[in-house]
Amino acid sequence: MNILVLLKMVPDVVEELEVGPDGKSLDTSFLRTILNERDDHALEQALLLKDRLGGKITVLALDAPDMDDVLFTALAKGADRAVKITGAPEGLTTHGAARLCAQAIAGGPGLLPADLVLTGVQALDDLDGLAAPLLAQQLGFAYVGVVTGVTADGPNATVIKEYAGGVRGEFAVRLPAVLGVQAAEKPPRYVPVAKVRAVMKAQKIETVPAPAEAGAALVEVRQMAKPVVSSHAEMLEGSPEEIAGKLCELLAKRGLL
Amino acid sequence: MPANIWVLAEAWRGQISETTLEVLALGREVAGQLGAPLEAVLLGHNAKPLAASLGAADNVLYADHAALADLTPEAGAAALVQLIKERQPQAVLVPSTNLSMDIGALAAAQLQAAFVGGCKDLKADAGTLVAQCVVYGGKLEAAVAATTTPALFGVLPGSRPADAGRSGNVPAVADVAVTLPEAKVKFNRYLEPDAGDVDITQQDVLVAVGRGIQTKDNMELAESLAAALGGAVCGSRPVIDQGWLALSRQVGKSGMQVKPKLYIMLGISGAPEHVEGIKGAQLIVAVNTDATAPVFNVAHYGVVGDALEIAPALTDAVKAKKG
Repeated sequence: MNILVLLKMVPDVVEELEVGPDGKSLDTSFLRTILNERDDHALEQALLLKDRLGGKITVLALDAPDMDDVLFTALAKGADRAVKITGAPEGLTTHGAARLCAQAIAGGPGLLPADLVLTGVQALDDLDGLAAPLLAQQLGFAYVGVVTGVTADGPNATVIKEYAGGVRGEFAVRLPAVLGVQAAEKPPRYVPVAKVRAVMKAQKIETVPAPAEAGAALVEVRQMAKPVVSSHAEMLEGSPEEIAGKLCELLAKRGLL
Repeated sequence: MPANIWVLAEAWRGQISETTLEVLALGREVAGQLGAPLEAVLLGHNAKPLAASLGAADNVLYADHAALADLTPEAGAAALVQLIKERQPQAVLVPSTNLSMDIGALAAAQLQAAFVGGCKDLKADAGTLVAQCVVYGGKLEAAVAATTTPALFGVLPGSRPADAGRSGNVPAVADVAVTLPEAKVKFNRYLEPDAGDVDITQQDVLVAVGRGIQTKDNMELAESLAAALGGAVCGSRPVIDQGWLALSRQVGKSGMQVKPKLYIMLGISGAPEHVEGIKGAQLIVAVNTDATAPVFNVAHYGVVGDALEIAPALTDAVKAKKG
């Protein structure tokens, strides 16, 4: 089984986010980025499939700050190849990035044929399409999103998709397919830093130049701002004990104790 | 007359979803602003009677096909693409749910049309539709216009009250034929949630746990607080993904819609996927270390602090008060 996993960095929303001077994009100075959480799950799902069925995992990403660390970590976890697409234009939307990745997959050395392409079902900055369906369309692969489980058997896969209310659906998928992963069957595995360091010495990240045409964005962001808040919580202050006391009174007054 | 505004209606397991009604209400407003007709598109199999509850639209296009019974993204998108090409609406509003988001995004990819994600509002500005979109987990919002016609918009649940999309009108229903390609993806079956666990949709008091709880061992703090208050523990996505709580305890988009009298949120940032599950909560108390977390925009009472300190203090205080 040949699996490609697409990884992408996103802003760490634990940090304060500011709008840039143009008033319509994120201020990227001092921005801390992390691997898109759903992509981390896509990688884990690929690793689980490899554990069960054998095969080869290639992780693929557009170059970005801290991307090398993420790719080496993926190799340390068990991915076989890491490929970085360099020289892509800045500020690509999801649509542009997906088109570019699809071209890189089609033209990159030894990336196809692939049985599965796994990536996160969504990223925090998706305003212009979703990566997985765009890739599926470009590559002519089958597609299922919001995936929480995959088993594969020859030319077919059984894929679990999440709906609402805890209900899931089971689908028979003819490979090759692109899957938008919501969550792997198990939490993403931990890999010790020492192992990542060893991989950094022993293995290399391959690079491929970005294809010439990314394709124009299909949306125009006119303005970006912090949400206008129609209501805000009444904030309680003090020591934990004082706050607990105030909350208790509030709950008692409402008959909740 | 401007080209039609469409709403992709969701008929899931024999019912029109609440989110469909919400999106219809938004679609009605937008169509009014543009002076355009509003049409609902219903894809299904033997589901025509459900069109009767889509009366907020001027009319309904109903496509019946065996492959549309339990929708795959592929079949739904193929049908939608075909209808869009034939009838050329200017915009299609798609519920941003796990069911329909896939269909809308795949259809847009096939049409090379924009799919504007995370829309909480939509309005016409000089004849152009501009969406107000939630990005970066709710930390920022963007005003976004599409550069293609047609354009598809993924509308978040809760954009309008569902009641605003209910109508006593009986809409005209037109049968439309679709031809679907040979399927690469086939629906097998539904997997129901595990029965036997606590039904969090029926609890009056819920203590909800998020990423801020940090470790599995700390879950005990939430359990103790829930026990003291006579309620149950539930969680947001990261906690479920870690396997610290069963899937049946998840609140939000993929999980449950809850309506407790008291909802205490420990270390939950308030991303839209979670918040859409707590619209029915009467009193919301949020504890988070990040003073700018979006959760404080939905909570009634907020505490900037560490849930690991506040939860045990509150447990003690509740126990003392109850005697």
